[in-house]
Amino acid sequence: MHMADALISPAVGGTLWAVSGGLILYCARKVRESAREILVPLMGVMGAFVFAAQMINVAIPGTGSSGHLAGGLMLAILLGPHAAFLVMASILTVQALFFADGGLLALGCNIFNLGFFGAFIAYPLVYRPIAGSSTSGAHTSVAALVAAIVALQLGALGVVVETVASGITDLRFSTFALLMQPIHLAIGVIEGIATAAVVAFVRRARPEIIVEAPVAAPRGSATLLYGGLILATLVVGGVLSWFASSHPDGLEWSIQQLTGQEELAAPEEGIHLRLATIQEKSAFLPDYSFKSAAESEPESETEVWPAVSAGTSVSGVVGGALTMIIAILIGMLFRRRTAGPPVKTG
Amino acid sequence: MDDAARMDSSIHRLDPRTKIIGTLAFIVTVMSFDRYTVSALTPFVLYPLLLLAISRIPVEPILRKILIAAPFALLVGAFNPFFDRSPMLHIGSFAVSGGWISFTTIALRFFLTVAAALILIATTGMHRLCAGLERLGVPRAFVTQLLFLYRYLFVISGEGSRMVRSVQLRAGPSALPVRTYGTLVGTLLLRSFDRAERVHQAMIARGYDGSMRRLESQRFGWRDGMFVCGWILLFVAARRWNLAELLGNVLGRIAA
Repeated sequence: MHMADALISPAVGGTLWAVSGGLILYCARKVRESAREILVPLMGVMGAFVFAAQMINVAIPGTGSSGHLAGGLMLAILLGPHAAFLVMASILTVQALFFADGGLLALGCNIFNLGFFGAFIAYPLVYRPIAGSSTSGAHTSVAALVAAIVALQLGALGVVVETVASGITDLRFSTFALLMQPIHLAIGVIEGIATAAVVAFVRRARPEIIVEAPVAAPRGSATLLYGGLILATLVVGGVLSWFASSHPDGLEWSIQQLTGQEELAAPEEGIHLRLATIQEKSAFLPDYSFKSAAESEPESETEVWPAVSAGTSVSGVVGGALTMIIAILIGMLFRRRTAGPPVKTG
Repeated sequence: MDDAARMDSSIHRLDPRTKIIGTLAFIVTVMSFDRYTVSALTPFVLYPLLLLAISRIPVEPILRKILIAAPFALLVGAFNPFFDRSPMLHIGSFAVSGGWISFTTIALRFFLTVAAALILIATTGMHRLCAGLERLGVPRAFVTQLLFLYRYLFVISGEGSRMVRSVQLRAGPSALPVRTYGTLVGTLLLRSFDRAERVHQAMIARGYDGSMRRLESQRFGWRDGMFVCGWILLFVAARRWNLAELLGNVLGRIAA
């Protein structure tokens, strides 16, 4: 579920960086205000615990398959949503930096998909109402299961929306969603079972830990939460529609597949060419145009494939290969020049 | 990674803020190209290669990490050749479809961005990186959280893997039934809780007041300014002009 940088456009990545960054600021303030001093080491150690728990596999009853905990919901249950969000954000940052698991530009997306939905939607709006204040284990287990499924479905949907809105992959929204949602239904069930099992154990062994966790009903921050949600929806929707206008719709695409390019190409040539000239005139830099900006213009709706003449392409290929070689040579040169045993300093 | 971060070079000595800004500028520029651009991306290879060369950090661990992370990004990109079949490039009589070109850019960008991020951490180290983040305005609660997470990551993971090994020795190498799983992970959780409490007491005993003190001081010097300005100028130039194609054109003219 961790998104890589290679599939994210700067617009989408930057937007979600801003959203997640704002959430981190907000949560950091909340945690500082909570004045539970033990939270500082507790959050750090709990983050490390989530890493460790991901190495342990649980068997899924009746299926013969297995999975592991992702931990977002469990953190919210044990630490409260604000601390849990910060811990998730830190986990994802460390994963991106040290394990190349999720990119840096995509970090905002990943924090939002894996942190926000669990801590601020599934936990307060699903888990707490179902679990209530009852002390029965069954309530908690059902609540954990449902909340985990909700969190992962929303997170997977976030991945799909962000990927499609970035427009780097050719996967269409419906295809990608049909691929992602069922898989994450299964993952959500595993997450729910694992969370319920661990929470049930902690309840039996040390009930005070769960009671001790701050009961952070979203009442006070509800307006902020929903305001943020609406804002995020608007931003994502806006980006999505901007993208949709420059991408072939399903019909166009299937026509292309059915008839083959050759036959349809001839009648379209006229429009295609005319559009290309319009674009060339209107574009900021015609030859090396900022396609992301150019494509968003409504008049380029049918101009899906940038016109590429064979001549420029070949010189591009030759030049590209050459540039790569030069870069490698420069790298080797520097490596040689500064060679010698690496100096270790304490 | 920590070993690489403890080495010394002019890249290591740069202010962490410099490297954070440089890395982000690099990633954003690389990702801002449209999906059919291959040749214009090639000059960007210079950034990770040059940093690797000057810092002399070992290349193999970084390559290994990139390869481990590769499957997901490449899998999503691998659909492009099937959906996008319009020929875009002719090499002789051989036509290359747009899907293959966009797949190539995805792969290229994946390697570039992941390499840049890994080099950042390998030449900076977690502590200096966190200090830089704090100076850049990241909330202290989050920076402290990152530091603590990193410090206990390997401690708790080691504990977890020892528990898994002992279970496997007794019950065979299979996934655990739900009840056992709950007990095992729950025990690990309780141990982590206890450890946090002890850590907290130890911190209080040593006069912890909410801020982390560092011996190293950071200064944004002229080298840092040169690093940031130089690379950003180069990124902008490579973004505006297709340097590789220019080179190809010049070469073609010489050959003709």
